[in-house]
Amino acid sequence: MSLPTVALGAADWLNLFLYYLSLSLLAVGGAIATAPEMHRFLVERQGWLTDPQFNASIAIAQAAPGPNVLFIALLGWNIGINAGGPGLSGWLLGALGMALCMLGVMLPSSLLTWTATRWGHRNRERRGVRAFKQGMAPVVIGLLLATAWVLARAHGVPATDWPLWLLTAATTLLVWRTRLHLLWMLGAGAVLGALGWV
Amino acid sequence: MAPAADPSTPARAQPRNPSDLFWSFTWLALQGFGGVLAVVQRELVERKRWMTNEEFVEDWAVAQIMPGPNVVNLSIMIGDRYFGLRGAIAALAGMLLFPLLLVLTLAVMYAEFSSHPAVAGALRGMGAVAAGLIAGVGIKLFASIRNHPLGRPLCVALAALTVAAMAGLRLPLFWVLPVLGGAACLLTWRKLMP
Repeated sequence: MSLPTVALGAADWLNLFLYYLSLSLLAVGGAIATAPEMHRFLVERQGWLTDPQFNASIAIAQAAPGPNVLFIALLGWNIGINAGGPGLSGWLLGALGMALCMLGVMLPSSLLTWTATRWGHRNRERRGVRAFKQGMAPVVIGLLLATAWVLARAHGVPATDWPLWLLTAATTLLVWRTRLHLLWMLGAGAVLGALGWV
Repeated sequence: MAPAADPSTPARAQPRNPSDLFWSFTWLALQGFGGVLAVVQRELVERKRWMTNEEFVEDWAVAQIMPGPNVVNLSIMIGDRYFGLRGAIAALAGMLLFPLLLVLTLAVMYAEFSSHPAVAGALRGMGAVAAGLIAGVGIKLFASIRNHPLGRPLCVALAALTVAAMAGLRLPLFWVLPVLGGAACLLTWRKLMP
């Protein structure tokens, strides 16, 4: 895959940072929910990234352990690689792009969360605060189950891809009923997948 | 935090210092394939007993509703509770530092990895397990609404509505959270009437 070379000046880097600063407070419901917006800006409007680079960044961050928000770091990294070309200059600019994107997307929301958490903790006996935290509980559990369902749906149709569904169902049962370490289950999934059994 | 502690919960454990927080969060982040949430519940609630299921659900609700990446928010909230700003930074750094290095390594080797069928298969298998992990934790957390002011049937109905709206109708979270969450909070607020 030949990489595009894009020229980014200081104003562009600042623009990238400001873009993520402004996106931060809009990212309600998780970073992945803002991926379509990032695609519009980085790929379609600025042309800083190619489509395959964008998709690979998300796929790698999803497959690797750790928070999925790291796909934003990879987007920044790839922008830097595109700007710096192969070799050391690409790696340095990659680190720069990564730092700008991650700091931008985390700073405003983190400061807000930190302040709000402290306020909420000081006022935790207030009826409004208790109603908010307890009232959200059933909805949050529902969101969790919905996430599991959306992930499982990627397996394909149960008629042909039933081993994957079976694996998901077995894992659900094991997590619910046993204290087996999660890494054993992930390892088993990896082995079964590598052998082509699921 | 409930004013009356549940007598069945054992004495509360705590992280020893910010560096304990950092390594605990590093360890749980590195186990989190396809999302860290299931691991946070398993490690912090069941193994380390730093928090109860109820507190976990409450914290996660706040982390979810605040803008920004949920896991980042959750790390800041938990870290801040024990050691203030230092704790928040330690937890956040633990959650991001090593996973970031790992993800970068993977990105650099991506072309080689993606073409190998065994690797693609392993990723598929781990994806299926990850879906089960999240579902299992979701079912487990139903235990946390045992003493919910709204009562169990209404809680189950609210959770089911959320699943239907998100997974069935595929409505944007931007609408689901204010409408269903707002209704749930309002009902709870009325129940908490002194």
